[in-house]
Amino acid sequence: MQHTPTTDRFEVALGSEESAYALETRNLNIYYGDSRAVNELSMGFDRRKVTAIIGPSGCGKSTALRSFNRMNELIASARTEGEVLFHGVNVYDPGVDPVQVRRWIGMVFQKPNPFSKSIHENIAWGARINGYTGDFDELVEDSLKRVALWDEVKDKLKESAYALSGGQQQRLCIARAVALKPEILLMDEPTSALDPISTAKIEDLLDELKKQYTIIIVTHNMQQAGRVSDRTAFMLLGDLVEYADTKELFFNPRDERTENYISGRFG
Amino acid sequence: MTGTFNQNLSVRHVRGSRWQAAFALATILAVAFLATLVLTIVDDAFGWVIMMDETDRRELTRDGVTLDAQNTAQLLATIDEHLSPRRYRALERELPFADRGRDDLYALVLAEIVNPEIAETYNLFESLVSAQAIKAQAAEEYPEGLLVFRSWVNARFLLAPQSAVPLAAGIKTAILGTLMTILITLAFAFPIGIGAAIWLEEYARDSWLTRAIQVNIYNLAGVPSIIYGMLGLAVFVRGLEPITSGAIFGASAAGDTANGRTILSAGLTLAVLILPVIIINAQEALKAVPGSLRQSSLAVGATKWQTIRYHVLPASFDRILTGTVLAISRAIGETAPLVVIGASTFLTQDPTSIFSKFTTLPIQIYQWTSRPQAEFRHLAAAAIVVLLALMLSLNSFAIVARNKMRKQKRF
Amino acid sequence: MASFIVYCYARFCKKAGTMKHGTIGFYPEERLGRLSFRRAPRPTERLIQAFLFFCAAVSILTTAGIIVVLGTESAGFFKEVSILEFFTGKEWQPSIGKFGIAPLFVATLTTSLTAMAVALPLGLAVAIYLAEYARPRVRETLKPVLEVLAGVPTVAYGYFALTVVTPFLRGLLGQENVEVYNTLSAGLVMGVLILPLISSMCEDALSSVPGSLREAAYAMGATKLETSVKIIVPAAFSGIAAAFILGLSRAVGETMIVALAAGAGPRLTLNPLRSAETMTGHIVRISGGDLSYDSMDYRSLFAIALVLFVSTLFLNILSRNIVKKYREVYE
Repeated sequence: MQHTPTTDRFEVALGSEESAYALETRNLNIYYGDSRAVNELSMGFDRRKVTAIIGPSGCGKSTALRSFNRMNELIASARTEGEVLFHGVNVYDPGVDPVQVRRWIGMVFQKPNPFSKSIHENIAWGARINGYTGDFDELVEDSLKRVALWDEVKDKLKESAYALSGGQQQRLCIARAVALKPEILLMDEPTSALDPISTAKIEDLLDELKKQYTIIIVTHNMQQAGRVSDRTAFMLLGDLVEYADTKELFFNPRDERTENYISGRFG
Repeated sequence: MTGTFNQNLSVRHVRGSRWQAAFALATILAVAFLATLVLTIVDDAFGWVIMMDETDRRELTRDGVTLDAQNTAQLLATIDEHLSPRRYRALERELPFADRGRDDLYALVLAEIVNPEIAETYNLFESLVSAQAIKAQAAEEYPEGLLVFRSWVNARFLLAPQSAVPLAAGIKTAILGTLMTILITLAFAFPIGIGAAIWLEEYARDSWLTRAIQVNIYNLAGVPSIIYGMLGLAVFVRGLEPITSGAIFGASAAGDTANGRTILSAGLTLAVLILPVIIINAQEALKAVPGSLRQSSLAVGATKWQTIRYHVLPASFDRILTGTVLAISRAIGETAPLVVIGASTFLTQDPTSIFSKFTTLPIQIYQWTSRPQAEFRHLAAAAIVVLLALMLSLNSFAIVARNKMRKQKRF
Repeated sequence: MASFIVYCYARFCKKAGTMKHGTIGFYPEERLGRLSFRRAPRPTERLIQAFLFFCAAVSILTTAGIIVVLGTESAGFFKEVSILEFFTGKEWQPSIGKFGIAPLFVATLTTSLTAMAVALPLGLAVAIYLAEYARPRVRETLKPVLEVLAGVPTVAYGYFALTVVTPFLRGLLGQENVEVYNTLSAGLVMGVLILPLISSMCEDALSSVPGSLREAAYAMGATKLETSVKIIVPAAFSGIAAAFILGLSRAVGETMIVALAAGAGPRLTLNPLRSAETMTGHIVRISGGDLSYDSMDYRSLFAIALVLFVSTLFLNILSRNIVKKYREVYE
């Protein structure tokens, strides 16, 4: 890797680990029209760790996650204040290109949403538009292997992605994100539409993927957060209530509200 | 408080079923209208006709051979004998008789010498129900006449140009005019309509400008078509005459251009007319594309246009296509605006370019319908049959294409 | 053997490729070793967006075009004919300089109201039947049939009016009472043309009445008829009114049926059995002939068109606002 010093504040060395966190938010406020969905969120996400954000529905966890790669902008009424720092660059800076942000901070959605193209093209398309010059077959194979889907689909790469089961589709969507070699993977309740077996497969994957990527996962399922994450944040009504190591948060919550939620008194 | 309930149930139920019957009847009536409309047209497009020959073809038998079976030499002899010298010279100048083939000569004899005229026509219903009476009437009133069953829609009708003689009249010019006009319409209205829909659905933010454009499009969709005719007359025919007449492209030398009243003007007028319909339909199509598809594309670092070009448009293309075909078939049937911008009422020359004078199928139907003679009414009916068939095949093509595309995608 | 060597070579290359994969990288940023978040200029994308905006703006241009064209030509007309005379004059005789729109306007009103007298009750009845009574399968079959009815070119309706309805009326009411061209025939056929529009709009209005209202009526022991006619129809009144107004606007603007069947000569009469010329019919007849630009005949057509445009626009906006309002009430 070259580490050419640069004067351009929007230009950063690829893979540099100068800042303490892979991603950091500072005083992040998100509004839908007049109502505030996320309130003064300030938190950092550790590199190559799985961070889970939990909380009852409507607590703003998905909104927060979608603001990290500027996907919230697709909602006309959404408005964001504060900073999201990626490599020290505020991704909300007017000079920043959201397209480039999304390319380096990948996303997996609640419902599997593959393109209506072949399995091969689902993975190759993103790489192609981002200027990939290598061998596409190889990239497809590599990406599918990373999500343990290669053996299941290697004979039908030309078939439509919709021919796959829901769980396979979701792993394909992860492979699609992985193919871009992003630094961060955002996952918005990635297993909520899947059956238990597919869920288990994806949870197993996270352990593998975190060796290379920083993963932030939003989940409504506390057990899942406990199983897969290293750090857990608990949000309630737009506020970050508690943020700690997962074990710490589950076994020794410091806030009463966290304890009530974890023990199932609401949510 | 005292009071009794008088439910009167049986009366209420009887009233209920009576009204239900009335509602059903109204529906049946509506469908019956459609059936009547179609049946009338078919009824008038086929039927017996009695034809009177100017020169009875039985008199033209030569060497014991009937006219139908005569060879070139016999036909030439017939022509020599019956054709006026002036007409003979005119035809000779067109193409020497010696160079004409047998079929050509036969057609000439029929048109120039036999010259059949229609004395009486019957519609299909009469022809089927009272065939005997018709035959009796024919034998009595037109003993010289020839009673034949005629389909007013026939190959000759489709391939012949307009003519003042009902038997010779055809719609080739009108069909060509319709097709060329519609191509122009499509070439302008399709890209602009889709473009406008994309801008409104994908790019526009909710602002006064967007709302103004949207409201404006809805209003345009309700403007009577004749107003578009006035617009076309003032803007395309008059204002842009140098362009629409082809003068600046040097096309007026052909002699068949008529100031701005050309196919180009007609196509542009219809394009403006159906633009709002195409936009609204395409907007519906784009609205039906799930947001998740856009998100998944943007999430892999695609730009907005890449997302639209590679995902949104392919996913909505089937609906856009169907909407466009609906709009186009409306354009095909439009008459009033084309009359206003100056469609030619009697055109026998096929259009050669987009700067030619024009007529279209509906214009032809309008012309024939407004004439009092029964023969022209049958011609109008036949032309309506062709027009409806054209629209129907266009629509079924769209449905087939849509189903084929729909099979390939799911979301 | 040769193929084996080729195979081994391919494998070797592939392996080499994989090795390169990890070290150098195939993405531009990987090769550069740095990434830039600076907003990329993307000129083509901007060009495309500009083109798309232009497409949307064409609709504004169209409206502007209509207003300018109708406005300027009418202004020329009103320089020579006073607005008062135009709206109050009882005669339309361009040849002797009489430009009173009344005969044309009254004829338009006669045909349109006749059409609505057919289309509204029938359309509403069809809508009630489809929305409240018909089984789903019947509904799914009938709706496309009605759409076909709406898709037939209007010139075919004109043909129908002239060759079927007029002879029928003359047979029914007497040859001497009904003229060959009459507004009744045109109006009736126009009613059939507009019927599908009315029925589909009324059906929308009926089905947007909340189901709870229906259930409330049934729970009080109302019969199906009482529920539909006394509860649902009044609740959907504004939607039905909107359908009526839009239908009226359509009828006012309809041209070919009246051009063929209503008559070719302005005449001030309220008798639907006599011939009369509507505004649209007049425009078509006059412009169909050879018309010289810059003549009063030419400009007078634009004055008529302006009246037509303003009145249909008014009706359309009114109708849409009513629909918008009832949607808001129920949603």
